[in-house]
Amino acid sequence: MSEAEIIPDTPHPVRTTFGMLWRDKFAFCAAIFLCFIIFCAIFGPWLLEDVATKQNLRGRNAPPFDFSRPWYFWLGGDALGRPLLARIMVAAQNTMMVAAGAVVCSLAIGTTLGLIAGYTSKLGSQVIMRLADVIMSFPSLLLAVIVLYVLPPSVFNLVIVLAITRIPIYLRTSRAEVLEVRERMFVQAAQVMGASSNRIIFRHILPVVLPTLVTIATLDFALVVLVESSLSFLGIGIQPPEITWGLMVSQGRAYLTTAWWLSFWPGLAIILTTLSLNLLANWMRTALDPVQRWRLESRKTSDE
Amino acid sequence: MSEHLLEVRDLSVDFHTAQGTVHAVRNVSFHLDPGETLAILGESGSGKSVSASAIMDLIDIPPGEITSGEVHFDGLNLLQASHEERRLINGNRIAMIFQDPLSHLNPVYSVGWQIEEMMTAHGMAREQARARTLELLQRVGIPEVETKIDAYPHQFSGGQRQRIMIAIALALKPDILIADEPTTALDVTVQAQILALLEELQKETGMGLLLITHDLGVVAEVADRVVVMNAGEIVETGTASQIYANAAHPYTKKLIAAVPGTGEMAQPLEATKPLLEVNGLAKHYGDFVAVEGASFTVLPGETVAIVGESGSGKSTLAKTLLRLEEATSGEALYMGRDLVTISPRELFDLRREVQMIFQDPTQSLNPRMSVYDIIAEAFVIHPEILPKAKRRERVAELLSHVGLEPGLMQRYPHQFSGGQRQRIAIARALALEPKLIICDEAVSALDVSIQAQVIELLAGLQAEFGLSYMFIAHDLPLVRDFAHRVVVMQAGRIVEQGPVAQIFDAPQQDYTRKLIAASLSPDPEIQAERRQARAQIEGVA
Repeated sequence: MSEAEIIPDTPHPVRTTFGMLWRDKFAFCAAIFLCFIIFCAIFGPWLLEDVATKQNLRGRNAPPFDFSRPWYFWLGGDALGRPLLARIMVAAQNTMMVAAGAVVCSLAIGTTLGLIAGYTSKLGSQVIMRLADVIMSFPSLLLAVIVLYVLPPSVFNLVIVLAITRIPIYLRTSRAEVLEVRERMFVQAAQVMGASSNRIIFRHILPVVLPTLVTIATLDFALVVLVESSLSFLGIGIQPPEITWGLMVSQGRAYLTTAWWLSFWPGLAIILTTLSLNLLANWMRTALDPVQRWRLESRKTSDE
Repeated sequence: MSEHLLEVRDLSVDFHTAQGTVHAVRNVSFHLDPGETLAILGESGSGKSVSASAIMDLIDIPPGEITSGEVHFDGLNLLQASHEERRLINGNRIAMIFQDPLSHLNPVYSVGWQIEEMMTAHGMAREQARARTLELLQRVGIPEVETKIDAYPHQFSGGQRQRIMIAIALALKPDILIADEPTTALDVTVQAQILALLEELQKETGMGLLLITHDLGVVAEVADRVVVMNAGEIVETGTASQIYANAAHPYTKKLIAAVPGTGEMAQPLEATKPLLEVNGLAKHYGDFVAVEGASFTVLPGETVAIVGESGSGKSTLAKTLLRLEEATSGEALYMGRDLVTISPRELFDLRREVQMIFQDPTQSLNPRMSVYDIIAEAFVIHPEILPKAKRRERVAELLSHVGLEPGLMQRYPHQFSGGQRQRIAIARALALEPKLIICDEAVSALDVSIQAQVIELLAGLQAEFGLSYMFIAHDLPLVRDFAHRVVVMQAGRIVEQGPVAQIFDAPQQDYTRKLIAASLSPDPEIQAERRQARAQIEGVA
């Protein structure tokens, strides 16, 4: 029997992924939107820094949709006459660095600790769980205030503080899931074959647990953006002239009754980004699950 | 117009799924008279449960669609009746009991409350309902009803739960009771009791009993008439003895031939140096004794069956031998090395020699790994078996050994049927080239005809590779055909062991006799004899 007979001809993985993304139109739009946000985060400050920081007192609180002005004023201007659209695009960098950094760090650390807590001895699990309880019972904002009062408020420190406060969520979820999955028969089957603990955790347990955690992470993203803005509001987060979306929302608060667009557009950016991440996570969960994957695959034979 | 209590005519049900339309039931017609027991016999996917669900309005529409047919009950075509009319009939006039009583009882309410609910939902006063509940619980044989009425489902055994389900179903004295695999999840001795209870109650109330089952033994025990279904169609109808003695349709013949317990019994092997020698093995969980003083041997190339009811400690015994659980005391010598005290390093090497096949292949195969990954994992864990380049070829070879197409190796477990999945699990066990395979209820979750094929496969592999099996099962006829020697366990202790012929033809212990008498034969005449034997044992006890 030749190799060719054994392996069916499979298309390139990138192509299949793209095909599956195309089948879910919501996820496809979400992916495009996220690509745009990432593009802004990388090139925004470099391209639009000058435009976004240039004050223009004649354009104070300029209303949106005034198409006689340049394109970056189409979403209106802020209290100092700076174009909102350009500022949102520039702010994407700080926002994404803080929020994505914090979420990814807490996801990675929380999941690792959760896997360890779920799969090791009772003592190790107890130590980790009590540590998580300590973090959870301590008001996260207070912790942030104390830490950032001592340390200078930089993006890096902010990421660390926010990550620490979010760790328990991933830790508890992953531990609970591991405790359930480790009792499943395929894990026992792997043990009988002599699989090492590492192999069982990473090859058999993690793939089952991960989709849930990724979904939580995408929801957490919006929360982290807003927590970061409240830290900025307290004067210990990112400070002007640096900008983030959260900071823009809180800066616009004073003008809510007269110029709603100051808070609205950055708020919309937060919502759309979170929504896109969530849609994409949802798509990923289906795409990674062999049992569900057919929903995204083009039907080979059309029997309708 | 119809004389019958219930008449189903030309019923067809389709299910619209993403993979296309499935014709689950096609032009099925049958009827049921008062006081009669009609069995619908079929394997999984034959449409037997869907037919019953149509009577009870339990089909989800969509994706289901009833494309044709009539169901006449008491002058009313149920399929055209309004939702409200059907609600009045369901539970009240037609009641149903299910396979798994634990998942159909609500764990947060007391059983008394749940039985009362059935009556109050149909307009009875609560005090009256409680009185009737006490009466019902007593009738279905629950001891100490006064206190048990306020107990919760988890405080009852499996058999008692099924009795409670029956009490719920009978609360309003229905004209028809539909029983969907009522005894499949129960031990053989409990199964016999539940079937006897159903029969008694039927005599008392004169209700019609529609019994859905895959088990020819159950049919022989209680059914008056049988409807045999295959792939959504009725292939044969007749009385129970008629069907067994003169099956006309090839499918029915195949089904009867596949029933174990009729073949030649294996001769004991000549005594050689044992492969596995277990001495006084014990496993305690706190004060609870799961296994105590287990001693037996397994010879090379021999099949030793371990039989017993649930809770007898047979699975714990297997897990202890595989070191999935640590033994409390005793020794298990595998080729002179003690499995109980061996170091993790040596244990890793021994893993190659002793493998396990689990009960439910749906759960024992990782749903996120392809068949190739599942089988090749053995080579990843034990790289000394095979160089990387040869793995694909070897997996293909293993798949053809167990009768699967090697081209399917890129597929995932859910794309296979139950029997095929168990073949994959066997291929995985074989990948390590073991000498001893522990089969924990390896075929209990499979249909009878599939069961026969898998047993045949296991026997063939034994002949080819000289494998030894430790075959854990609760199904005695199966053991009778397959095992060389039998070990009978009860409540953690071995009560009897010996060559298969001795255990089945001349059992020494009462418990063994009881087990054998309780197992069901597909032949209604043999079944009648067994019933007498059972009555005698109970009379003595």
